[in-house]
Amino acid sequence: MSKTDSTFSWTVYEADKLTQREIYGIVLKDLGARHPEIVGLSADLAKSTKIGTFGDAYPDRFFNFGIAEQNMFGVAAGLAQAGLTPFVSTFSAFASMRACEFVRTDICYQNLNVKIIATHGGISFGSAGTTHHATEDYAIVRAFPNLTVIVPADAIETAQAVKKCMEIDGPVYIRIGRGFEPGVYTAEDYEFEVGKAIEMRSGTDLAIIATGATVYHAVQAADILKAESGISARVLNMHTLKPLDEEAVLKAVAETRRLITVEDHNVINGLGSAVADVIAASGKGCAFTKLGLPDRFSPHGYPEDLMHKFHVDTDGIVDKVRELLNREFEEAEDWEDEV
Amino acid sequence: MPLTDQELKELQQQAKSIRREIVDVTGWSGGAHIGGSLSMTDILTLLYWKYMRLDPARPDWEDRDRFVLSKGHGGVGHAVVLAQRGFFDREVLHKFNETDSMLGMHLDCHKVPGCETSTGSMGHGLSQAVGMALGARVLKKDWRVYCVIGDGESNEGSIWEAAMSAAHYKLDNLIVFQDRNHMMIDGPTEEVMSLEPLADKWRAFGFETREVDGHDMTRLAEAIDEALRMKGKPFMILCDTVKGKGVDFMENKPDWHYGGLSSELVEKAKQSIGE
Ligand SMILES: Cc1ncc(C[n+]2csc(CCOP(=O)(O)OP(=O)(O)O)c2C)c(N)n1
Repeated sequence: MSKTDSTFSWTVYEADKLTQREIYGIVLKDLGARHPEIVGLSADLAKSTKIGTFGDAYPDRFFNFGIAEQNMFGVAAGLAQAGLTPFVSTFSAFASMRACEFVRTDICYQNLNVKIIATHGGISFGSAGTTHHATEDYAIVRAFPNLTVIVPADAIETAQAVKKCMEIDGPVYIRIGRGFEPGVYTAEDYEFEVGKAIEMRSGTDLAIIATGATVYHAVQAADILKAESGISARVLNMHTLKPLDEEAVLKAVAETRRLITVEDHNVINGLGSAVADVIAASGKGCAFTKLGLPDRFSPHGYPEDLMHKFHVDTDGIVDKVRELLNREFEEAEDWEDEV
Repeated sequence: MPLTDQELKELQQQAKSIRREIVDVTGWSGGAHIGGSLSMTDILTLLYWKYMRLDPARPDWEDRDRFVLSKGHGGVGHAVVLAQRGFFDREVLHKFNETDSMLGMHLDCHKVPGCETSTGSMGHGLSQAVGMALGARVLKKDWRVYCVIGDGESNEGSIWEAAMSAAHYKLDNLIVFQDRNHMMIDGPTEEVMSLEPLADKWRAFGFETREVDGHDMTRLAEAIDEALRMKGKPFMILCDTVKGKGVDFMENKPDWHYGGLSSELVEKAKQSIGE
C-alpha cells in the first residue's frame, strides 16, 4: 500500500522499517522539491541525523557548519531573516543546551521561521551516556516564548509533524529519538493537528498522558490493564508539548479524576509539570503522578534497560497505574455535578 | 630525554597491544568509536608509559599529572589505555557499553579510575584542562596537564576561547595534542569545515606550536621534551595522524568513525595490526 500523496517517495510499508530519522530525511527531501525556500543545516551530523538525505538532493541548499552548533543556529537565524526556511538538525542535547541562547535569543526572541529537528532525544542514545542524553530539553525549550514544541510518537508521526510544521510561521522544535523505538502508528490515516492531543484509547478509570517514545508503552500498558484487570485507561498522545492541549487535560480531569504522565525526560519541568499546571489551575482535586526520569543524571546503558530502570516503560506504567487507582484524594462536594 | 631504541621498541609493542584490544572491545561491545581511538593511540601510549607522573594504584594522588581527553568519544581507546596501564581490571572491558557496567562510550569520571573529567560533548575538555593548569599555579603545584583534542572538535568556538585563555595566562604547564587525522563524521575536515592553515592559527593564538608525525614516537617524544622546557607559553603538538591507524581497511575511511566488528573482521583487523 503506497501512501496516498504520491509526491512523497516512501511507502507505509517502508515506514515500518525506517527509523524516525530516516523518515524525517526523506520527508524533508520531498518537501524541498516543493519549497525552494527550504535550506538544510547540520553540524557534522548530516549522516547521523539524516538531514543529509535532503543535502544529497539539494547540495546548493545544504550547509554543514562542522562541529559548531552555536554558529549554526545563529546562521539559521540570519537565513530566516533573509526569507528562507532553515531546517536545522543536530542531537537534542546540543540543540537545546550547547546552542541554547542562540536558539532563544536569535531565533525565538525574533520569532523566526526556523525548524529545529533535534534527534537522539531523551535517553535514546543509551550507551553514549549523560553527555549525549537530552533529559532536560523540554524544560529548557518549553520556556522559550514563540516556540512550538512537538514530540512525535514514532516515525509516521514524525512525517506528519515535519510536514505540518511548514504551516507554522515561526520557530518549531521537533524532538525525535535515535530511531530504534517501536512504532505506534501503521499509517498516516489519522488527524494530526499541532496542539491537539490524540486519544489512543478511550477510558474512564484514569488517563495516561504520554509523549514521544513513551506513547507506545502507554498504549501497551492500557491494553494489559484492560485485559488483565478490566481497568479502563484513557491514553492521550500529547505530541505537542507547547502549546499544550489544556482542553484534553481538563476533560481527563473531569472524566477520570486520576491522571498519570509519562516521559523520557527529567520529572522536573517536562510534560508532567505542564499537565500539573493545568490540573492545579482547574481547582479540582484528583490523584496525579508524574512518571519520568528521577532528578539525577541518567547513566549510560541500553535505552530499553534505562526506560525500564526508570519505570517509563510498559511495566513501569502498569505498576504505577495500579498504585494510582488505590490512592485516596479529597473530592469537592459538588464534584459529580460538574462532570 | 630522547627515546632509546629499547624504549621505542617497547612503546611500539605497547601501542600494538592497545590497538589490538581496541579492536577486541569494538567487537565485544557491538560498536565503538574506533577510528579516532586508533589515531591517538601512539600519543596516549607515550604519555601513559613514559611521560606522565602517575600511580595507577592511587588515581586520586594529588600530585599526579592530569590527562584530559577533550575528544571524549575516544573513550574506548582511553579505557583500553587505562586498563592496560593498571588502573582497573581488563576484564571490565568485556562489558563496554553495557547497562550497569563501569564503561560507557564516553568515560564517566565518577566511575572510571584514572579518568579526570567526563567528556563527550565536543569542545569542553580543553577549557577544563586550562582550569587544571591554572589551578596548579594557584596551588603552587608542579603537576602538568596534557590534553588531546580532535581536529573536527576544533570547529567549536569554545576550543579557541580556551586557547586564548591558555595563552593569556601563559600556561606553560599545559601541553595540548591535536589529533590531526583529517577526518570527522561527515567526511574530511577540509570538505566539511576547513581548518587550514591550522598551525598558523595555533601560533596566532599564542601557542608554541610543533608539527609532528603523530605515529612517530621518536619525533613525538622530542616535541614533548621541548614542551617540558617551555617557559611562559602553552604548547601545541599538532600531530599528523591517520584515522583508523593500523587497521588497513579502516585507515582514512570516515565510515569507521564509529562501527561494529564481526568476529571475522576482528581477526582481519588484528592481523593488520600485527602481533
Ligand atoms: C558538541 C558536540 N557536537 C557533536 C558531537 C557528535 N560527534 C561526536 S564525535 C564527532 C566528530 C569528531 O571529530 P574529530 O574531533 O575530528 O574526532 P576524531 O576524528 O579524532 O574521532 C561528532 C560530531 C559531539 N560529541 N559533541
